[in-house]
Amino acid sequence: MGSLPVSTALRAALKQAATVLPQDVVRALEAARARETSAMASAQLDAILENVSVASNGSIPMCQDTGIQTFFVEAGVESPFLKDLKAWIREAVVQATSDIPLRPNTVDPFTGKNPGDNTGYYMPCINWELVEGSDVVITVLPKGGGSENMSALKMLPPGVGQKGIKKAVIEHIVACGGKPCPPTIVGLGIGGGADIAMKLGKKAVLREIGSRNALDKAAELERELLDLVNMTGVGAMGVGGDTTCLAVHIEVAHRHPASLPLGILVQCWADRRARVRLRADGTAEVIS
Amino acid sequence: MKRNLTLPINESTARELRMGDILFLTGTIFTARDEAHLLMLEKHETGVSLPFDPSQMALFHCGPVVSEQGGKWQVIAAGPTTSIRMEIFEDKYLETFRPPIIIGKGGMGDRTQAALQSVGAVYTHYTGGAGALAAKCIESVEGVEWLDELGMPEAAWFFKVKDFGPLLVTMDSAGGNLYKTLEPTIANNVQAIMARINAT
Repeated sequence: MGSLPVSTALRAALKQAATVLPQDVVRALEAARARETSAMASAQLDAILENVSVASNGSIPMCQDTGIQTFFVEAGVESPFLKDLKAWIREAVVQATSDIPLRPNTVDPFTGKNPGDNTGYYMPCINWELVEGSDVVITVLPKGGGSENMSALKMLPPGVGQKGIKKAVIEHIVACGGKPCPPTIVGLGIGGGADIAMKLGKKAVLREIGSRNALDKAAELERELLDLVNMTGVGAMGVGGDTTCLAVHIEVAHRHPASLPLGILVQCWADRRARVRLRADGTAEVIS
Repeated sequence: MKRNLTLPINESTARELRMGDILFLTGTIFTARDEAHLLMLEKHETGVSLPFDPSQMALFHCGPVVSEQGGKWQVIAAGPTTSIRMEIFEDKYLETFRPPIIIGKGGMGDRTQAALQSVGAVYTHYTGGAGALAAKCIESVEGVEWLDELGMPEAAWFFKVKDFGPLLVTMDSAGGNLYKTLEPTIANNVQAIMARINAT
């Protein structure tokens, strides 16, 4: 896709995220299917892969839960559009909700009222980060409710160390069973305060499957935890099988000496995401 | 075992189905979530007969997204909803209306398992999130009941389906229960994993 007006690019990204599963996730699901030894889990993976292709070919949402529209914005401090971004993102969500269509998923926690356009207090959810330069990169992650319900924060005593982190992750993933629609992508935020650990966990989910944390120790823990989680036998959709998880991604922050926060963010197999780059000249493109 | 079944099926066929079987259904299935379960039971108790016979169909725990185009209903997405919510009345529902197959997500509890045994029926698991695939297997919408009273997700929709699946039998009429069968295996695996973590 070439240069587009920013509103068109944002709507295209929302549609792509809802209807086309990123290639790295498709490849990971195909690899899981190829090595699966349980007939029951194989049937689940076949259905997921066929569903992905039906959705992509027909340009229809791959799951009826089209999620909470969650954005991560890396905003170049020299971009002339910083003041407009929030309104543009909101407008794109409202438009996409009626065009694609997306399920209206934002509900007032007091009245239960649904405004019908995926907006509301703090919604769409936008995470901001200031970066150098004049480009703005906007990533959308439509996050489903079933897997979000399985996310958790563990405030571990620092004395439990790495072993304690590994055990907490295994216990949590086994307790989740089939509820988050496995095979999942597990994002872990280690360190920081409670809020930082959860936010880093969600950011970790955005990373491409196959990528590794730049810190050797974190990368090693990602590999080890993926193996351990897949030894549990929970399997696709919790029916028993070889692949419970497609990837474990870790992001790290320094911590208080008295705290070891562990944010566990669980993402269902529908790891939907798309990215838009907005240039200083006002043109934009969907880059992944 | 993979089985292609055409609805309606009788009790003896339903009793042959076993945990681990993978079914593909052709025929008519109907949706019912919390509200439709309650309404149907209430009608039965007050002696009002139903406009359809659930024993000739399969029961689908589903709140579909349906749109009307040119006077015809079209299913956009129709994945399974979480079945355990219906546990509080599913045993009574099964004994009253006797659908031979339940389609849902996540499994059900002991009361439903006992009712499956007494009426001769199975609970089947449909792949979570596969809303587009489900819609593709629905050939047409044959009708809808109680749409005005219950609204789109809670109404009873009648879908004509072809090779609807894969539906994995996870609870059968002989007491087979995949979720319970897996528990000791997973517990053993976890024990081995914890030992490996401790050894590092």
